Amino acid sequence: MSDKVIFFLIQVLNGAQYGLLLFLVASGLTLIFGVMRIINLAHGSFYMLGAYLAFSFAERTGNLWLAMLIAVPLTVLIGLLLEAALFRFLYDRDHLYQVLLTYGLILVLEEVRSIFFGDDVHGVKVPDFLNFSLRLTPALSYPVYRLFMSAVCVAVGAALYIFINHTTVGMSVRAGALNREMVQSLGIDIGLIYRLVFALGVALAAFAGMIAAPVASVFPGMGNQILIISFVVVVIGGIGSVKGAFIGSLLIGLADTFGQVYAREISGMTIYLLMVLVLLWRPTGLFGRAT
Amino acid sequence: MHSYRLPVKLFLLLSLAALILFPSVSSKFYLQLFSKIMILAILAMSLDLLAGFTGLISLGHAAFFGLGAYTLLLMSPEYAAASLWLSLPAAMTVAALAALVIGVLVLRSSGVYFIMVTLAFGQMFFYYVTGARRFGGSDGAYIYFKPDATLAGWAPIQLSNNLHFYYFVLALMVAVYLLLRIVIDSPFGHVICGIRVNENRMRSLGFPTFRYKLVAFMIAGALAGLAGYLDAAQYGFVSPELFGWRESGIVLMMVILGGMGTLYGPILGAFALALLQEFFADHTKHWLLPMGLFIILAVLVLPRGISGVLERLVVWGWNLGARRA
Amino acid sequence: MTKPHPVTRRAVLKGIVAGAGVAAAGAFIPRAFAAGVTTKVKLGLMLPYTGTYAALGKNIDDALRLAISEKGGKLGGREVEYVVVDDESEPAKGAENANKLVARDKVDFLIGTVHSGVAMAMVKVATDNDTMLIIPNAGAAAATGAACAANIFRTSFTNWQPGFAMGKVMAGRGQRRAVSVSWDYAAGRESMGGFKEGFTGGGGNVEKELVLAFPQVEFQPILTEIASIKPQFVYTFFAGAGAVKFVKDYAAAGLRNSIPLVGAGFLTDGTLPAQGDAAQGLETALHYADGLNLRKDSAFRAAFKKAANRDADVYAVQGYDAGQLLAVGLEAVNGDTKARKEMIAAMEKTEIDSPRGRFTLSKAHNPVQDIYLRKVAGLENRFVSIAVKALADPARGCKLV
Repeated sequence: MSDKVIFFLIQVLNGAQYGLLLFLVASGLTLIFGVMRIINLAHGSFYMLGAYLAFSFAERTGNLWLAMLIAVPLTVLIGLLLEAALFRFLYDRDHLYQVLLTYGLILVLEEVRSIFFGDDVHGVKVPDFLNFSLRLTPALSYPVYRLFMSAVCVAVGAALYIFINHTTVGMSVRAGALNREMVQSLGIDIGLIYRLVFALGVALAAFAGMIAAPVASVFPGMGNQILIISFVVVVIGGIGSVKGAFIGSLLIGLADTFGQVYAREISGMTIYLLMVLVLLWRPTGLFGRAT
Repeated sequence: MHSYRLPVKLFLLLSLAALILFPSVSSKFYLQLFSKIMILAILAMSLDLLAGFTGLISLGHAAFFGLGAYTLLLMSPEYAAASLWLSLPAAMTVAALAALVIGVLVLRSSGVYFIMVTLAFGQMFFYYVTGARRFGGSDGAYIYFKPDATLAGWAPIQLSNNLHFYYFVLALMVAVYLLLRIVIDSPFGHVICGIRVNENRMRSLGFPTFRYKLVAFMIAGALAGLAGYLDAAQYGFVSPELFGWRESGIVLMMVILGGMGTLYGPILGAFALALLQEFFADHTKHWLLPMGLFIILAVLVLPRGISGVLERLVVWGWNLGARRA
Repeated sequence: MTKPHPVTRRAVLKGIVAGAGVAAAGAFIPRAFAAGVTTKVKLGLMLPYTGTYAALGKNIDDALRLAISEKGGKLGGREVEYVVVDDESEPAKGAENANKLVARDKVDFLIGTVHSGVAMAMVKVATDNDTMLIIPNAGAAAATGAACAANIFRTSFTNWQPGFAMGKVMAGRGQRRAVSVSWDYAAGRESMGGFKEGFTGGGGNVEKELVLAFPQVEFQPILTEIASIKPQFVYTFFAGAGAVKFVKDYAAAGLRNSIPLVGAGFLTDGTLPAQGDAAQGLETALHYADGLNLRKDSAFRAAFKKAANRDADVYAVQGYDAGQLLAVGLEAVNGDTKARKEMIAAMEKTEIDSPRGRFTLSKAHNPVQDIYLRKVAGLENRFVSIAVKALADPARGCKLV
């Protein structure tokens, strides 16, 4: 294979890897959006919280896995508390108020993070047994941890798919997204479904932050950055569609990666251009339904 | 609603008087701060036309703000001042034209998709300006001389004078308010409000709603461009951040917090948010915390924003006074 | 007549929220500024205390205070008052923050910052208000170039200086094909520009300049692109947390085996403990190094370690020298900040005894200094040789020159 082709494929790998990470975050967002009908601007903050918690526990215990084991349930707990205290007031409110309240929440979570963890940028060590690289070409090696990360994202995606489409609970979730009243009249506690979905979304975002930490660094603005891109992914894929989130995130990952290298001037714009084009073609996203 | 008119109007007039008299008691720093807040108030009012009256929630409104600012940059020669009479209308025209083009593309969408696609355009401007070298990139660019108001040899105001600038902005803010009031109360305005309530009904009554929405979009865009122009003129600095979603988000906050659909609510919202920010920032490094808590509390407790509370307070006080009389 | 509203709990709560807003606004009725002259010299420090450059900001702050405490805590006989602002390395807020220090806090000296974009905002505010400004890091060429002014001084460098020196060194070794990498902002572009000038001046060619947005640290696509171009070496400018990540990622991608990495010294200054093995053997150019064998340097390092409990780096040196420069100026006029001309004249003429070696200021008020070639060994950037002696920034467009 010629060199050019090899490097092209490696860039595809880069794009896919980034896209898969986005998928973890976006899938949670699209579920919350699709099932609970809530625009949650603070979703990126859970990503950040997850990363900072993982960093903090990893430093103390010296082990990233242990840190994640503690941090994921902790973030879920925080998410459930927030749901009980704040989000339940948003279920029937206008989108506007959801936007406003979750925006305020972003500010609060940022400052809480600042108070507890400080404002420095931190690196997280790659776990030792994954800390090596695979040689792809004479010049270039690929860090194995990134491959591992992508594999994990795919595994989580598959698990999510099975859960949503092949379990009874998943069926209730899908039903809740389609018709809330019907689900309630069938005797299923929609509140419980909501809490489940919310916890799942938060866990996904936090887990994404933790697993990406060694690769992306842990820094104050990380939540907002990934939030905006996740929203774009969700809109492109169609609100409420996990399949759409998957396709959307891969598209964005590739567009962003190739844009960076081959079209630097417009690289930042590419994902938004993509969104506008998709919406012009399919006004409710690739796999979305009109809400 | 009408029984509230008089006390609220009185309150607004009193506030205006306070603003007019403000410079006599304030220091230079606060003069500049209030000028900045009034510029944001103009921006917020323009968004209120879209969001509060037409029902179009835009998360990309800052794009027109940025366009106004960067138009001044482009029209300002490096070592001289731009002409106020040329550059200000130019800024508004550029913003209005952009609103025309963008409006045609985005006004097909509605609801959440409209929010997202307006956001997209704002971001696209942000990234375009960040990448384009001649605009200074992410570091921004400087305008070294404030616009010159000279016309035929006579300069009615010197914008480099803080006091002149303050009154200039105050006059413009009042003018924008009155203009929007006229627009809202006109037949056009009634159609717009009808569209917000039920667009299908308006369409079935025979109104070409798309065109009405587009015109509203353009007016809002032009006024946002005016605000952007003033912002650039005040500090002589423009950066791509002006286009970004954070700026759009802050303006939307001001409108909602202040009270959507009231026109004076956004002015209150601008003052409240900006002053609260100054207040909290003076007392703690972590000022975003009380700020965020305030916003959350306001959402939970104030459904109609500050203007709602204000109206109740003013009317209550008025009735109290009326009963005593 | 309307019925009076019942005083419900809800109404009271609403009242409190609104009242808080009004009270906050009321707190703003400005107090008349206290009459009477304060005898303290007010220093307005605008530095990054958070974000990717936080470590740099803290070092500059601590070293500046060290310099002043070494003078007995007084400048020109007057005590010092510090007003501190975190600029978060955000150019968009730079003008406002600087303006606050000048217009509201009425500082005598503006000191800052790290990020070149923010520094330019400070330059503008200082120029508009004729306030003294000392820049202890940001290397934006314009500050002592097109926007230079009598009241603006710098004790650090221009981004061009280390880049130019490195370019000259590599060209001198016979290298001909390079790729440069940095963030897409003023400092990055100027550093790469300086490198290009030095390198092409010696017969080399920069094949591509790869950039990414500040302060992004996702380098994977760029590293792949570098491997695909296969230059003889890569020149880079990164600082702070970005530098840590880039060096580590570069090594993890296996590129160090085939494509040497060189850069402006910020790549390895203050970052070696975090970079570890990945940085060993890296050559960089900077106006400071370890192992300079200067008495002033040893004394400074010991004092800084004692005061701040951290190792000194180039940022600390620059902050320290800013303090020294302040002392020179204020001592010359006995603390009378109104004697502007005499103060500036003294600052212009002085030779600073810096831990980096002695240096003078050019007519544009930028250091004329030796640029050293250094190599990473263990946790040190060991001095190898002098890359360029007494290098002055061209100060293009400066009216003082």
